[in-house]
Amino acid sequence: MSFADFISLGPLITLFTAVVISMLLIAIKRNHRITYAFSLLAYLMALTAIIPAMLYIPHTVPPLLVVDEFSLFNTGLVLAAGFIILLLSYNYFEEREERKEEYYLLLPLATTGALVLVVSRHFMSLFLGLEILSISLYGLIAYLRARERSDEAGIKYLILAALSSAFLLFGMALVYAFTGHMDFPGIGAALRQAGYIPVTVLAGFGMMLIGIGFKLGIVPFHMWAPDIYEGAPLPVAAFIATISKGGMLVVLIRFYLDIHGNDYTMIWWMLAIIAVASMFVGNWLALMQQNIKRILAYSSIAHMGYILVAFLSGVQTGLEAISFYLVAYFITSIGAFGVLIVMSSSIQDAETLHDYSGMFWRYPWVATVFTAMLLSLAGIPLTAGFIGKFYIVMAGVNGHMWFLLFMLVINSVIGLYYYIRIIAMMFKTPATGEELTYIKPSLPVAGNITLMLLTLVLIGLGVYPTAMMQLIQQMMKIIV
Amino acid sequence: MILLLLILIPLVGGLLSWIAASRSALWSRCIALGCLLINLVIVFQIWATKPAAGGKWLYQFKAAWVPHFGISLNLAMDGLSLLMLVLTFFLGALSVLISWKEINYRVGFFHFNLLFALTGITGVFLTMDLFLFYFFWEMMLIPMYFLIGIWGHANREYAANKFFIFTQAGGLLMLLAILALYFIHGANTGVYTYDYFALLHTPMQQETARWLMLGFLTAFLVKLPAVPFHTWLPDAHTEAPTAGSVVLAGLLLKTGAYGILRLVLPLFPEASLHFAPWIMLLGVLGIIYGGMLAYAQTDLKRLIAYTSVSHMGFVLVGAFSFNPLAYEGVVMQMIAHGISTGALFIIAGALYERIHTRNIQEMGGLWSKVPVMGSAAMIFVMGSLGLPGLGNFVAEFLILLGSWQANRWITVFAAIGLVVATAYSLRIMQKVFFGPSHGQHVLPDLNKRELVIIVALVMAILLLGLYPQPVLNTTQKTDYVVR
Repeated sequence: MSFADFISLGPLITLFTAVVISMLLIAIKRNHRITYAFSLLAYLMALTAIIPAMLYIPHTVPPLLVVDEFSLFNTGLVLAAGFIILLLSYNYFEEREERKEEYYLLLPLATTGALVLVVSRHFMSLFLGLEILSISLYGLIAYLRARERSDEAGIKYLILAALSSAFLLFGMALVYAFTGHMDFPGIGAALRQAGYIPVTVLAGFGMMLIGIGFKLGIVPFHMWAPDIYEGAPLPVAAFIATISKGGMLVVLIRFYLDIHGNDYTMIWWMLAIIAVASMFVGNWLALMQQNIKRILAYSSIAHMGYILVAFLSGVQTGLEAISFYLVAYFITSIGAFGVLIVMSSSIQDAETLHDYSGMFWRYPWVATVFTAMLLSLAGIPLTAGFIGKFYIVMAGVNGHMWFLLFMLVINSVIGLYYYIRIIAMMFKTPATGEELTYIKPSLPVAGNITLMLLTLVLIGLGVYPTAMMQLIQQMMKIIV
Repeated sequence: MILLLLILIPLVGGLLSWIAASRSALWSRCIALGCLLINLVIVFQIWATKPAAGGKWLYQFKAAWVPHFGISLNLAMDGLSLLMLVLTFFLGALSVLISWKEINYRVGFFHFNLLFALTGITGVFLTMDLFLFYFFWEMMLIPMYFLIGIWGHANREYAANKFFIFTQAGGLLMLLAILALYFIHGANTGVYTYDYFALLHTPMQQETARWLMLGFLTAFLVKLPAVPFHTWLPDAHTEAPTAGSVVLAGLLLKTGAYGILRLVLPLFPEASLHFAPWIMLLGVLGIIYGGMLAYAQTDLKRLIAYTSVSHMGFVLVGAFSFNPLAYEGVVMQMIAHGISTGALFIIAGALYERIHTRNIQEMGGLWSKVPVMGSAAMIFVMGSLGLPGLGNFVAEFLILLGSWQANRWITVFAAIGLVVATAYSLRIMQKVFFGPSHGQHVLPDLNKRELVIIVALVMAILLLGLYPQPVLNTTQKTDYVVR
């Protein structure tokens, strides 16, 4: 391993080392506060490690890994998201769990898995990253053992994720059997040479899509999402919604570009059908829910559908749109889960619609944040979500995807309804004389400050998106 | 710079008003009123001094916003925007005044929403950048949603959701059309921009232009509202608090009409000509159908809401007759309708405050008890049915005169709408103020604050009717509308 390799993979290595050190720390002395502080520090150091890595880009670690602008940007995004989720976790676990230190092993480990995904360009590294991510998640999802839904969610995820990994492996094997390559560019070249996709490879891609689709939570591989979101601890749910999906999406983009996916109509159609189905199923089922965690789960299925529209547009703008949308979506999702975390008490999570009834008049500040997050998810101006959706629609118009765009418009309107319903719930004035039992939220200070920062970034990106757009445009240089 | 100020004052004022409410509701109301009055003075000042100078664009302001996409903070004001802004701030200030007693909880948040909605409306009237237009267009929806949803009457959530989803659906189609226009322009000229003036001369195939025009038009027809898209309006109007109804009827509907004049006609002249007969037909349908539905209502606010559908039909007929006379009429109608319908809603609100019902079957014989209110209502009802001497007459007369040259049969049917208007207008007066008295209401007449509001509105509608020349002059100056 050369020096350049070492520096380029700096963020990854830093975080990995930190996990080992914090394991030793726990072995010496169990102390929640110290472990927490150390993990925060680790994330910060990993974030700073991106700066020296920028000197060497573009850099490849053949044949497994690639570090270019695109992967560094997403590395930063994943690390920042992980950092924020960590910030929100402290109080949540302090109140609930006796042995909370192991959480700080699993979360950075899962993040590392996502980081491997972000830089991988080979089946081996893809699978490694995926498994590091998944196996840490099994533990994370079932972390609150005492809760009734926690075990169920953990086991469900374990079985389904193992199944999907098996499909992924089989798919990879089929692709390898025909093309003789496991690195993405090699596969792309082999396919181009053949000039068509043979049935075996197509079947391989189909099976890989099952594995990838499971992680992304797109229809028809979405069944796990609502149950896991409901059963997992809230910070973990935020992690699954953002980092786990984001990491997978980055690999998918890289793979699709490397094999020149747009040249093969079959693959395009497969993804297009999945996109439309995700939008409709996600939004439609979200309409039926009374539980906010489940609403967020279904809405994230729909959001993946929106992202696929930009993905399928096949133009440069589409890639930029995905990156911008991911940033907006990360902020918004973490913010929304952050509100849930802040509003939950040590006894129960604030998750039903009823818990939020009239919240604006009791906790105006948190309600305002939640409103901003929901409006961003719905894509209403002055929020980052609006610019993100605008960007996606723009990519779609640029690529002449009229049908997909109409589907997107219809779904935006459906989506609007359930977001608005939550907002209306918060602004409902309680009827006089009606005595309601509300959850007494913990309202931790750190959580509130994090939410404030997230809201500021959200509105900042909504009002002045130029800086972020320029950054994204610059970093859209992918090694093909 | 002054244009930016016109947008910023209500925005900042809204925030201040929200903050001030924690101290005292009175301060909150005063700040809101003050901001709108300042703006009103500014636009009056411009109106008084500038038209004499002539020229198409009174003010322009341009600053980069998202240069990456060719989006700029591009504001400009011509006669049409000026008149609309005068109306906006006039009705805005009155809305604050009428909610003085009606709104007594969450006062700060109410004023924040009201001013925020007005900011969006102001933005729509001033912006010359299509992205920004969409931005402001969407921006006014959320506060309007809250105004209806929080301070509205019994069925408020249903009405608010319906309003929001209808307008949002229309808006998204407009977004698609805007983006398509952007890319077509970019592909043809190599310059990617949302600048209105640049997009005006986008060469494109007629087929494409027609589709894009329909995208824009849907958004505006929903807002206007034209007949198949009108169902959100009665619900929203009925459930909204009085100030909300006034802003909805007086201003929000006008953004639809403004959009047609400013965007649809200039951007797609040939496509507009192609669809003109059909759209005029929609307008006539709205006039007659809206009028007939109005006649059938028993809920006073709902009745007035349907008259709006009827009156906005005239706007549609006038806008698509491609004729300077009709355009003057359209602008006149936008203003006169804003004032007369706004006033009727205020009177309905005042009545509701006193007798707690909006059902006109339960009213009757109120004239003897509240003569001042009655005579005020008389004036506006007469305005609504188009009696000469009041603003609406001038407007409808000009529209019919103009559309006669465009399409005779349409005009004939539109004129029949005037008869329908007479029927429902007289029914309001008969049922509410004359006839046998049902309840034993003891009710006070208009108080001083209400009197100020009503007198201001009466003066405005009379001025429009008796001396419409200043408005017409300003409209004529903006020949940009008519191409």
